[in-house]
Amino acid sequence: MYQTQFGSLERFQKGGIEIIQGGAKEYAFSNLFEVASRARPYDKTVVAKNLQYVVEALRAEGDSPWFTAAHDEFAVLMDGEVEAHFIKLSNPQALAPATSEGSIELEGTPSGKKMGYVRLQRGHQVLLPQGAAYQFRAVHRGVLILQTVLGAHSIQKWQEICYR
Amino acid sequence: MPTQNVTQNVSQNPMQNVIAAEPDALTGYRSFRLGAFHFSRDAYFATVRWHAKDRERSHTLPVDAFLRAIMRDVAWGFFYGWVNFDEVLGTRNHYGRVDLYAGAYNEAMKQSGIDHTEQFDTAVIMATFKAVLKDWVNEGFDPFAAPAETGSAFGFKHGDNIEAIERTRVATKRMPGIAGDSPLRNDYPVNRHFTDVSQDEPQIHAEPGFEGELHAFNLFKYLSRSDVTWNPSVTSVCKDSLFCPTTEEYILPIFHGNDRVEWFIQLSDEITWEIADKSTGAPRARVTMKAGDVAAMPADIRHKGYSTKRSMLLVWENETAGLPQRYERGELKPYPVEF
Repeated sequence: MYQTQFGSLERFQKGGIEIIQGGAKEYAFSNLFEVASRARPYDKTVVAKNLQYVVEALRAEGDSPWFTAAHDEFAVLMDGEVEAHFIKLSNPQALAPATSEGSIELEGTPSGKKMGYVRLQRGHQVLLPQGAAYQFRAVHRGVLILQTVLGAHSIQKWQEICYR
Repeated sequence: MPTQNVTQNVSQNPMQNVIAAEPDALTGYRSFRLGAFHFSRDAYFATVRWHAKDRERSHTLPVDAFLRAIMRDVAWGFFYGWVNFDEVLGTRNHYGRVDLYAGAYNEAMKQSGIDHTEQFDTAVIMATFKAVLKDWVNEGFDPFAAPAETGSAFGFKHGDNIEAIERTRVATKRMPGIAGDSPLRNDYPVNRHFTDVSQDEPQIHAEPGFEGELHAFNLFKYLSRSDVTWNPSVTSVCKDSLFCPTTEEYILPIFHGNDRVEWFIQLSDEITWEIADKSTGAPRARVTMKAGDVAAMPADIRHKGYSTKRSMLLVWENETAGLPQRYERGELKPYPVEF
């Protein structure tokens, strides 16, 4: 029987680059488990960037701050077990103006109606919808990737995370 | 060699523009003409012919490789940028029109002036490629399937496999499983390489009044049930940012030349990528990606992947309008980040 290899915070193997011409930097090669293992919980470290769009790696450990965005975002849990809690914001535009981009960290718990929560395990993808605030609560610590837009809370540290 | 800009009259039915010969008396296959290109196949090989420097030129490739490549070109709508069937033959997407070329991105052939490129309306080249697939794919051969999961492409003509060749890239507006959006794959069997992948769905606990507003699904389950290889499907849409995961086994049947930066996130197992210069095909690197690895494919390269164990790969695309032109003008660097 075939065994599918997934990574985790505790166990990951990083691949590599054999350069023939050019340099390793051109590929901005990192490993999201390694990045998350060296980051603070819920730091939004950018691991992929295509103009203004980004994919961020987050170590899920404990409770995250509440976030919102003026656009849909998506998270995929790569390892661990995490709940995503949602609040329908009473005034979303005040917290995330329509022209804003990326996720916006909120102070405390925002006002609005509780929408419920989704319990995620490895490989589960969740919609973080426009107009709602969300908070991650780790049941077992793990790693999330977030599809979003570069924002005020995105952290870029390519020099530290990539092969050079 | 200058590019010929060929406009064929496109009728309401693009299939009417397909120029096909009668079936060959021995093999049973039709040959096809598209502009100045001539395509034929026999029991083992596909051959393309064109004229350059006042002589007929030709190129031959194994017919199974040819069919796997042309299948991707059709299913992906000619994809982003260049789809190199091999080191000689391929297409370049201009989004509405498509270049078909032989030798144009092969340094030796280009320098010798024996390359040839023609541009066609997308509907015209699509109709011909679909007709080739319809005629050349035999019963029992699925060009989307891994070699270990399908029959042979070789031999004289015997039947067809219309169902297999009519699959297309899944289009998703927001996320699969949301009402009105693309479907999940619950009715598909789990692939033989992914029988150990959890099939549990996320638990959704919606408060009264918010039923149907929280959305989640098991992406790895969805991928474990993919019945095709090397065929990205969109699973989330954040403005022009598209997550396009896919499952990969054996070899990417084309050498994809980028007209923009794309990114790969290895979700499971391992893929090795052969990277070459987009214009000349000169080798540049081998990139081995394991679960959790993230790597950019710059806008000036072509790449081909190898995956022994069926693996899950997240291909991340930026669909912003006008990107190929901005890279071509040098307004954007081919590398996504500088550090």
